[in-house]
Amino acid sequence: MKKNSILLSAYFLLILLVFPQSAYAMHIAEGFLPVKWAGLWVIVTAPFLVVGLRSIRGSIKEKPDLKMLLGLVGAFAFILSALKIPSLTGSCSHPTGVGLGAVLFGPAAMSVLGCIVLIFQALFLAHGGITTLGANTFSMAVVGPFVAYGVYKALQKMSAPHWLSVFLAAALGDLLTYVTTSLQLALAFPDAVGGVAASFVKFAGVFAITQIPLAISEGLLTVLVFNLLVSYSRQELYDLSVLKKEV
Amino acid sequence: MDESVKNLAQKNLVLALLVVILAVAPMVMHRSAEFGGADGEAEKVITEVSPDYASWFGSFWEPPSGEIETLLFALQAALGSGFIGYYFGFARGRKKQQEKA
Repeated sequence: MKKNSILLSAYFLLILLVFPQSAYAMHIAEGFLPVKWAGLWVIVTAPFLVVGLRSIRGSIKEKPDLKMLLGLVGAFAFILSALKIPSLTGSCSHPTGVGLGAVLFGPAAMSVLGCIVLIFQALFLAHGGITTLGANTFSMAVVGPFVAYGVYKALQKMSAPHWLSVFLAAALGDLLTYVTTSLQLALAFPDAVGGVAASFVKFAGVFAITQIPLAISEGLLTVLVFNLLVSYSRQELYDLSVLKKEV
Repeated sequence: MDESVKNLAQKNLVLALLVVILAVAPMVMHRSAEFGGADGEAEKVITEVSPDYASWFGSFWEPPSGEIETLLFALQAALGSGFIGYYFGFARGRKKQQEKA
């Protein structure tokens, strides 16, 4: 069992190395942020990665059995961010898949996994970019998971049903990722007349509107996997305190 | 037990169908649209807002053709799904064992 999970983690890493995801919509393209902004986003994002690494190490050390599940949430983000889906605006975009992991392992852990996905994608598929890695990690792997986690916790506090909390967490995390991308671009490229606000409206028109149906799809797919986990991986969900044991 | 598995399959089938509908509807509604990437659209907006901006860094490597890109894609999705399939196959078998014990 233990050997299996090590083998599987190695396999998964190998997939990431050999077949990085290709994603045609969302990330800020290589070289498309001025140096000053590119640097700023690296600085803003870095602490989340440090905290994330610690958080992953902590959960694995405490419960080594959770490695498989960590692989699963990574694989989920990996597949979902590779699905370029047509949207109502007549262009395509893709979900991010980070909401599931954020609900299970906490948001910081997903900052690390999201960043890994983005690095390989930038290196091998000319998507996003190394120079824009900080900005893209911030939107997809910091804002996305933290929004998802916040929404999930808030709804659980209001004792909303699990499926609804998971759905809204994933969908809103997805949507806010793209709103963040729009804002990052607007800050770097303010409109000559209307300034940042006018520019934001333009970029949001491209990114956020396209994303609305996809955010819904991501919510639905996340609930689908969550349902399977509730059925088949109950113990792990108890271990992560996502589910409470009914006495 | 059997009842709950059936229930789950039904629920998830509905969810999957909804996702398919959400993906197909745009293509039916906008028959003439190009369905290019939104990131390309964003680059257009950048050029519109700041006509003087030039990208200052290029990609290290790009897939040589659309076919090769598609190949990487198909392999990637297949392997990713393979992992997820393995996970749930394993989890399901484990659950059955526990129920027997």
